[in-house]
Parts: sequence; structure tokens; C-alpha cells
Amino acid sequence: MDVDEVLDCRGERCPLPVIRLARRMADVPPGTVVRLLADDPAAAVDVPAWCRMRGQDYLGSPAAATFDVRRTN
Amino acid sequence: MAGNGYFDVAAGAPLHPVAREALAVALADGWADPARLYTQARRARQLLDAARAATAETLGVRADEVAFCANGTQACHLGVLGLLEGRRRVGGTLVHSAIEHSAVLHAAQWHAARGGAAVSVPVDRAGRVDPDAFTAALANGGVGAAALIAASHEVGTVQPVATVAAACDRTGVPLYVDAAQCLGRQPVPAGWSVLSGSAHKWGGPPGVGLLVVRTGARWVAPFPTDERESGRAAGAPALPAIVAAAAALRAVAAESAAADARLRTLVDRVRATVAATVPDVEVVGDPVDRLAHLVTFSVLYVDGEALVHELDRLGFAVSSGSSCTSSTLEPSHVLVAMGVLSHGNVRLSLPADVDETEVDRFLAVLPGVVARLRAQSGAVGL
Repeated sequence: MDVDEVLDCRGERCPLPVIRLARRMADVPPGTVVRLLADDPAAAVDVPAWCRMRGQDYLGSPAAATFDVRRTN
Repeated sequence: MAGNGYFDVAAGAPLHPVAREALAVALADGWADPARLYTQARRARQLLDAARAATAETLGVRADEVAFCANGTQACHLGVLGLLEGRRRVGGTLVHSAIEHSAVLHAAQWHAARGGAAVSVPVDRAGRVDPDAFTAALANGGVGAAALIAASHEVGTVQPVATVAAACDRTGVPLYVDAAQCLGRQPVPAGWSVLSGSAHKWGGPPGVGLLVVRTGARWVAPFPTDERESGRAAGAPALPAIVAAAAALRAVAAESAAADARLRTLVDRVRATVAATVPDVEVVGDPVDRLAHLVTFSVLYVDGEALVHELDRLGFAVSSGSSCTSSTLEPSHVLVAMGVLSHGNVRLSLPADVDETEVDRFLAVLPGVVARLRAQSGAVGL
């Protein structure tokens, strides 16, 4: 996976990592892959749920506390 | 007084007026130990027998199948572990849905820690267990018992109890059903071997669990017993509370058809209005095949704990499955199993006599509450 940038939200509690991800995704061009690092236990369900609700591409979790998301539009 | 904005009967229902009367009578008249041989004890015994008979009649079971215990959690533990104990020689695996109440999951963990095994069957996005996957898990061999909640206590989705019961019957596996959210509200399909409930959820007092063991079920007490409750639950029963619980169950069951229709309409209104007026919200659970009184939704970018506190400030009591509201800081296992948003989660469970204008007031203030909390955390324009 080609990751364009990394957003480190380790140590932050949900919903903060999702808010920061949303804020970042609004700024990057379509097609950009952002790797979110978030160790809050809720991130594993909330990051894919955010992608589904906001129509973004959830690319999976290649490692613990690591989530790859691609901006669609 | 529960307060007109009390929307958390799934956690604990306020005492039904009929239960309050019965409790006062039983405290005056049924304080003696029903196991003794003197006059006062015989009166207590009569009250206990009458409560058992009334409960059995309401549930459509035999009186000798009904046992009362300390609370709903203990009833879950006894129900699950007693079926496993009865089938020790056949198999040590418990098959259960991923969305059981934590009391059932704790029993499963306890069983696994003592050499048993537990298999969790997944649910779909609506929170319904996959009957085919459940059936396949039963066929794996070595299954001692199965556990399925009748309807989810967190999202309201009704589970395919009849289908799973039929699969259990074909494979000879006894089924335990947690009916805590259904008793007094809606019927539970037949086919189970053991069923449990909690009086506090139907308008009885706290401190009364209900364990129903069908005649012929291979249930063996998993914990020490005595002569009480047919050897199913040890210790002197909380007689006045049991009398009140039985009275409440009969009363709410008699009112359930009217309450169901009214609550179903109100929850439909909540589901539609929340989805229409709150941006970036996910109303979860099955929209139709669900508990009449319960609705759950998750609000993007909002802290569940902050939402609960802010709603409390405005006079509304709701619960949340978000991680920030749990002592373990883990999100609700039910929301996780469904794969739905876990933060900003709110569950409303409406009392049968809920004030409709309070539901409308809730719907009126919610968009503003959400907007305020989002503004506070800088989650605007996302």
C-alpha cells in the first residue's frame, strides 16, 4: 500500500481520532491515502464506520492501531 | 418519580403502581421465612406460591418450571452454566451470539476458564445473528448448549429464536434464551429449554431474577444449592419483591398490546426524525423487526459521555454504548459486532406510559445539543 501521509492520533480518545481524520481528509486531494495511527479501542470500528457514512474508501488495517483510508472525491 | 424524560427502562424500569401496592402488602404480610412451619411462614408460603403461579400463567409455562433468584444477571449465569453442567459428558462448547448480554458472556468466559469452550456467532449490520452460521456452529460436535438473546438489549433487533430453536432441536442441543427485554412486552417463540428474565426490566423491583427451566430439560445446578426454589437458586427468596414482581408482570403483560402499538409509533417517529434532523447520524438496529420501545443511534464526531451529560442536564435519562461511558473504556461489544459507529451512541428505551410531549421535546432539542457539542470539539464543516 502506497501511503501518502501518516496521521498520528495515538493516545487520543474517540471521537478525536475520527474528527482529526475527517479534518485531514477534507484537505487532501482525491486519491490520497492517509494512514491513521489510533490506539483507542473504538477506532477499529469507528474508522470503517466513518468511511461508510462519509463515502470514503476504507482500505483496511495492515497492523494493530493502523488504518488506511483513501479519499474518494 | 422517574421523571418525564426517563428513557432508560432497558436499564431499569420504574416500579409499576401495581407492584408498589403488592410490595407494601407483601412487606406487611409476607415477611416470614416461607420454609418454616408456623402460621406466619405458611402465609408467606402462600404468597410465594401465588406469585409463582401468576408468573407461570403469564408466561404460559408450568409453575414448577419457574424459579426466582437474586437478579437477572444471576439468572443468566444459572441458565447458561446449568445447561452446560447437564451436558458435561456430551460436550463442553457453548455456542452463543456475539450480541449476548455481558452476563451471558461472563458466564461463557467463566466456563472457558474452567476447561470449556465458547463459540461466538456473528451478527449482520442490523444486529441479527446469522441463523445459518449458528446452525453450522451447532453441527460442529461437542456442543453442550446454545445461548441466544430474544431481542438485543442495546439495539432492539429481534433475533431468529424460532429458527435457532429448530436447529437446536435437530441437533439435540438445549437452548438458553435471555428474554430480559421481552418479558411483559412481547411473546418469545417456543423451543427453548431455559429462559431467564429480570423483574427490574418489566416494572418490578430490582433484586428479582427469573429462571424458567422446561420440564425434561437437562439442567443441573452449577453452583451450591439448598432446598429453596426446587434446588435451582440457593438462599431465602426476596419474598416481598417477588410478589411485587409477579404482580407487575401480570399488569404489564395485560397492557402490552396497547403499549406495543403506542411505543412502536413513537420509536418510528424518533428513528425518522433523528435521521432527518441530525446530520451525520446512524440510526442502528432493525427498523421493523425490533423491540417496540427501544431505539439506538450514533452521532458522528460527538463524545457519547458528553451527549449523555448534556441530555441529562436537559431532563433526559438515556444510556450509551460508547467506550467513554464504560468503566473499561471499551466500546459496546454489540455495536462492534454490528460494525456500526460506536462513539456518540445513545439508546432510548421508553416506558410504556411515556409522555409523548417529552419525546417530542427530546427530538426538538437534540439537533441543537449535537451542534453545540460538535462546535465545542471543533467538528464543524467536516
